[in-house]
Amino acid sequence: MRIKAQVAMVMHLDKCIGCHTCSVTCKNVWTNRPGMEYVWFNNVETRPGTGYPKQWENTDRYKGGWVLRNGKLHLRAGGPVTKLASIFYNPNMADMNEFYEPWTYDFQHLHKRKKGDSIPVARPRSTITGDFIDKPEWGPNWDDDLAGGSETVPLDPNVQKLQEHIAMEYEKTFMMYLPRICEHCLNPSCVASCPSGALYKRDEDGIVLVDQDACRGWRFCMNGCPYHKVYYNWNTHKAEKCNFCYPRTEAGLPTICSETCVGRIRYIGVVLYDADRVKAAASVEDPKDLYESQLSVFLDPFDPEVIAEAEIQGINHSWIESAQQSPVYKLAMKWKIALPLHPEYRTLPMVWYVPPLSPIMNHITNEQELSAEGYIPAVDQMRIPMEYLASLLTADDTAVIRRVLLKMAAMRVHMRAKTVGGIDFSDESKLLKEADTTPEELEEMARLLAVAKYNERFVIPTGRREMNNDLDYKRGACSIEELAPPEGKVTYPFERSEGL
Amino acid sequence: MEVLFWWTIFPYMCGTILVVATFYRFVYRGKSWTAPSTEIFEKKWLRVGSMLFHYGIIFAFIGHIMGVLIPIEVYNAIGVNDETYHFFAIAGGGLAGLMVVIGLLVLFFRKFAHPRVRAHTTAGGYFTIIWLLLVAGLGTYMTLIYNTTVGAFEYRLAIGPWFRSLFTLHPMADLMIGVPLLFKIHVIVSFILFAMIPFTSLVHMFSFPLRYPTRAPQQYRARDGYNKNSR
Repeated sequence: MRIKAQVAMVMHLDKCIGCHTCSVTCKNVWTNRPGMEYVWFNNVETRPGTGYPKQWENTDRYKGGWVLRNGKLHLRAGGPVTKLASIFYNPNMADMNEFYEPWTYDFQHLHKRKKGDSIPVARPRSTITGDFIDKPEWGPNWDDDLAGGSETVPLDPNVQKLQEHIAMEYEKTFMMYLPRICEHCLNPSCVASCPSGALYKRDEDGIVLVDQDACRGWRFCMNGCPYHKVYYNWNTHKAEKCNFCYPRTEAGLPTICSETCVGRIRYIGVVLYDADRVKAAASVEDPKDLYESQLSVFLDPFDPEVIAEAEIQGINHSWIESAQQSPVYKLAMKWKIALPLHPEYRTLPMVWYVPPLSPIMNHITNEQELSAEGYIPAVDQMRIPMEYLASLLTADDTAVIRRVLLKMAAMRVHMRAKTVGGIDFSDESKLLKEADTTPEELEEMARLLAVAKYNERFVIPTGRREMNNDLDYKRGACSIEELAPPEGKVTYPFERSEGL
Repeated sequence: MEVLFWWTIFPYMCGTILVVATFYRFVYRGKSWTAPSTEIFEKKWLRVGSMLFHYGIIFAFIGHIMGVLIPIEVYNAIGVNDETYHFFAIAGGGLAGLMVVIGLLVLFFRKFAHPRVRAHTTAGGYFTIIWLLLVAGLGTYMTLIYNTTVGAFEYRLAIGPWFRSLFTLHPMADLMIGVPLLFKIHVIVSFILFAMIPFTSLVHMFSFPLRYPTRAPQQYRARDGYNKNSR
């Protein structure tokens, strides 16, 4: 048993209002530099839609993630030898048109134009070429709120898989928001795709980073990541990616996207997992089993054996304590209402999602008259959203989605019965049985999902530094550093007391 | 003068610049050490140009090892006569040279023609391509035209031994006197190219990730002192 800690995130999609505050704060902190204008470490997609970059889920085209061949994991884009042979031209990489050509506006024109009859306009100007773009044809969130309508929705790879036709009439359609960051996978295919070994997963907290000194710009990580969350900085010619705001998480603070989330949809916590089990968990035959096999990798932070072993392996007490209070552990492993995004890529992603009930509830017109049992057929009848969610979160296993949605519906009914009344919801209710839950669990869930405060949503232990030998020096490095002799080599003309 | 400067001092000057400046850049300018790809801007022409150029130059490099670094005595010992050698050298070298030249021309015009690529090409980028074209163009001309019209020059008796003698620090510069002018110019511009390497994007050739197939797919890194079973 090789125990590692992983800082993970859960997003509760029902609460996402698609305001893009996370994307904007992230952009202002990390990607507002030349070379990174087109990059969004965090982006929010309207689903169904094409996503960013366009059709990133189309694995036939970008060849991201892993595939299982003869029981063994292989990179879909090809192993090291294939990669070295195609190092001069990467056929599967997305070019800028798949993201978008970033632009700014010619604001100076508003100031400088001579007085005239017409109102001056600020024309869009490409930040790549500096030329005016007379007609931008794609941009960030171009298809936000289904605005691409019947033109962009059919491009969604998840929609293309659906047997049924998605109604695009305003009253009949459905939509949801999907905020995405790097998944900080347990079995990251970007790391395996990097010829230089520049990408790595941190032992202490599982954050996946790019070593800017080691990156040589070979670009295989860009499409090696099936989530397309590693980007090429055309200015430095090196790869950059979401770093889970490690300077913040090391200080015990949530990532900037979580901190600023208006809907408070994000939860951050520590989970313990067994690194020795990762490979086997990613290699199960049926993609539908990947969700369960990934769950089997995680360790119970209350198990005395796990605690003892974790301490031997150098995970300190504050991390174990955080793992016990982790909201991620509760949502994903204990209550099992959070699900991994596209488990079929076999990367064992670590940003999980509570599927939204709203696309289904929006279609219920008679909720006032609905009995508790009435919610079961209501969930079942919404086949299209359910299949769509299954395509996103469970490798097309609708049974898992149904269980989670029923649990969410049960929570809704239970809390409504408790606080508003007017609905009969007994402990023997069929809904409770179908959802396989108890009123106590539902109340705990409701607490964490609806009223949890900052300290409950973000349980992040500070990064470890106690193994640094020169901590005092780092803390107290003073301005005469360059002039004074190195610390510890000072000889004093007078006797020093012990310990000074 | 020619013997002393061009065939004795100059090669060592270029070699020194190559070694010292490459070392300096790797150690002190590590963040600029990269393969400066523009594939994100344009893919179609890059595919043709980059594949032709890179594979061509790898073949050309192997060809130069065979022609310059491996002594003629080796060929004689294994029974490859001069006609056979030159036939394969002209055919193989010509093909490699053409690949390099055509690839470079495609890359060069791509830099002009595609607005996004053009916006991000520096003077150094153009200069590198032009100089490579000069070196490769001369080499290809020598291989394909000079060798077949004027006559196959036996560089394995002149340039080869001279080049190898540079490494033993006893340069046999007199060997270069009788070499045709075209070959001399090719050697000189090549040495300038060697000296250019650390100042241009060409450094990425030293980073070809040969170790990739042998390393573990997943890479973990820990802070110093973490996870050392120290309790």
